Amino acid sequence: MTWVNAVVHGILLGGLYALLATGLSLMFGVMRIINLAHGSLALLGAYMAFLLVEHAHISAYLALVPVLPGALVVGYVLQRTVLERSLRSGMLVPLLTTFGLLIVIGNLLQEFFSPDVHSLDPGAIGPAAWRITSRLSIPAFDALILGIAILVLFLLQLVLTRTQIGRELRATAADPDAAELVGVDSRAVYARATAIAVATAALAGVFFAMRSTFDPTSGPTQLIYAFEAVVIGGMGSLWGTLAGGIVLGVAQTVGAQIDPQYFALAGHVVFLAVLVVRTAVESGGLRVRLRGATT
Amino acid sequence: MSAVAAPAPAARVERWTRLSGGFTVLLAGLVVLLAFGPVLWSENALNNLIQLYFLVVLAVMWNALAGYGGLVSVGQQAFIGIGAYAVVFLSLQHSLEPYLAMLLATLIGAAVSIPVAAVVLWLRGGAFAIGTWVVAEAFAILVSLDPNPAIGGGTGTSALIPFNTRYTPEQRLHYTYWASLGTAAVLLAILFVLLRSRLGASLQAIRDDEGAAASVGVRVLLGKGVLFVLAGAGCAAAGALILAWQLSIQPLGPDSVFGVNWSAKMIFMVLVGGLGTFEGPIIGAIVLYLLQTYVSSSGVWYFVMLGAVAIGFALLLPRGIWGTLQERFNVQLLPVGYRLRGRA
Repeated sequence: MTWVNAVVHGILLGGLYALLATGLSLMFGVMRIINLAHGSLALLGAYMAFLLVEHAHISAYLALVPVLPGALVVGYVLQRTVLERSLRSGMLVPLLTTFGLLIVIGNLLQEFFSPDVHSLDPGAIGPAAWRITSRLSIPAFDALILGIAILVLFLLQLVLTRTQIGRELRATAADPDAAELVGVDSRAVYARATAIAVATAALAGVFFAMRSTFDPTSGPTQLIYAFEAVVIGGMGSLWGTLAGGIVLGVAQTVGAQIDPQYFALAGHVVFLAVLVVRTAVESGGLRVRLRGATT
Repeated sequence: MSAVAAPAPAARVERWTRLSGGFTVLLAGLVVLLAFGPVLWSENALNNLIQLYFLVVLAVMWNALAGYGGLVSVGQQAFIGIGAYAVVFLSLQHSLEPYLAMLLATLIGAAVSIPVAAVVLWLRGGAFAIGTWVVAEAFAILVSLDPNPAIGGGTGTSALIPFNTRYTPEQRLHYTYWASLGTAAVLLAILFVLLRSRLGASLQAIRDDEGAAASVGVRVLLGKGVLFVLAGAGCAAAGALILAWQLSIQPLGPDSVFGVNWSAKMIFMVLVGGLGTFEGPIIGAIVLYLLQTYVSSSGVWYFVMLGAVAIGFALLLPRGIWGTLQERFNVQLLPVGYRLRGRA
């Protein structure tokens, strides 16, 4: 039963990773770039909420009301000032600039907030859990995060399929030049995509900060988890991201069940294993052998 | 019937110019002069130069990957850490002579890079970047979980005993100085020869357009693999030098031997010096060395500056200091390419 418990907790944890990965996946889908500062932007959202909780004495949930629109603005400005320029210079430059941003944000957070570990109060739901048996319980807060992740993915899919903004996003993702020909301003589309991506990152960051402790070096870890979820789920697919997040979460909690120190390592190992298997399949090795077996 | 003379070629292709030939000789002479450092300069100066040499190694190796192979790695610290820990393991656990252990650590770096390459080289662009980072994190965790007392787990370890039982601090300084100068010179020479070979031409074709290169018969994966193994060995050598220089190391955190701050330094040096130029990373290493020595070598603002300057160069001066100079004055001091010269 402890193993079932670990798997259930892993599935719920997958919700947080899916939420973290949504923006990364969206930006990759639309612009074909991986924003290495994604985890740091999530962390920035958490610190902004922390600031509001400390000084305005509001709850972390209420802090989302100013933080999320703020994140939209940050994403929009970031795209217009830095990323748009970097996109024009080929494949490498967006990576190098977003890595630079990761370093700058992490160290600025350390300067202004000290290297101390903080955490946001999730309220009464934090310690609450549904006890199924003595060895199996479902933490309510993790279930809430999974629910929010599904809601965000659902809303995003609705926006992508049903609205003018969504149609422009998909057209630009498919072929930016063709989209320009029919009157879509691809730079405006990119700015909207980054704005949405940073807002979902900030949302994930605030929930991450309520779920566990955070410090200025947490950004890169969140980036790596988000990326692992994106890759396991299949690059650029929104619902695949949820599946990838769940696989990663289960790998981590099952690894931690073996030994608490194996939490992150188990996730990395599953990620690398998925890469190896996918490579073997794509490069034809496995496919040939499978075909050989059937004929 | 008059024989039509073939038209005289309007230009000739040349590799060595008088300038580049002279400069290459000058550089070789400089290495010989620097080798006399321990008799000429103070302890403090030698300590600083050791830092400069391993920064040159790191910058040149990172540029070999990104500038010539189009591979942006943010996980080369995996090999820095492996190199450093391999020296501790061999010299402390197996009582090997520490400088011999450093040589073996370089080979271990090359050996480990082969299976890593088999996994990450299938990834492209940003996926490759984070893929290498995951590998570095995984190695850091594995080392931190190692119960072996020589490795020291998460708290780190030190090579003080193997070095101090065999050498006086002065000897250690001098030998480490020569080891780091030698490593930098040898790796630069290997890369120089490699880039001038047939493989060098195919590597630059891969960087410029992977698909087009593959379509004309360039073996893309082999080219990238050679660069990745060279960079793995080079970064492990740098890690061994870093260990010999600072003696104690930790596996976890951004400032450790497995820390991502090394990637920040490598990217800074290469972007400032000039991505994809042979001379650029050396200039970038000198710039970083001067900053570390005369402005600040640690702390929050140091890294904020590294990141911000790297972004600035990537956006505003993507060819870096040397690439921009090269474009303006059309000079190449270390010839890895060919030049067309009009007939006078």
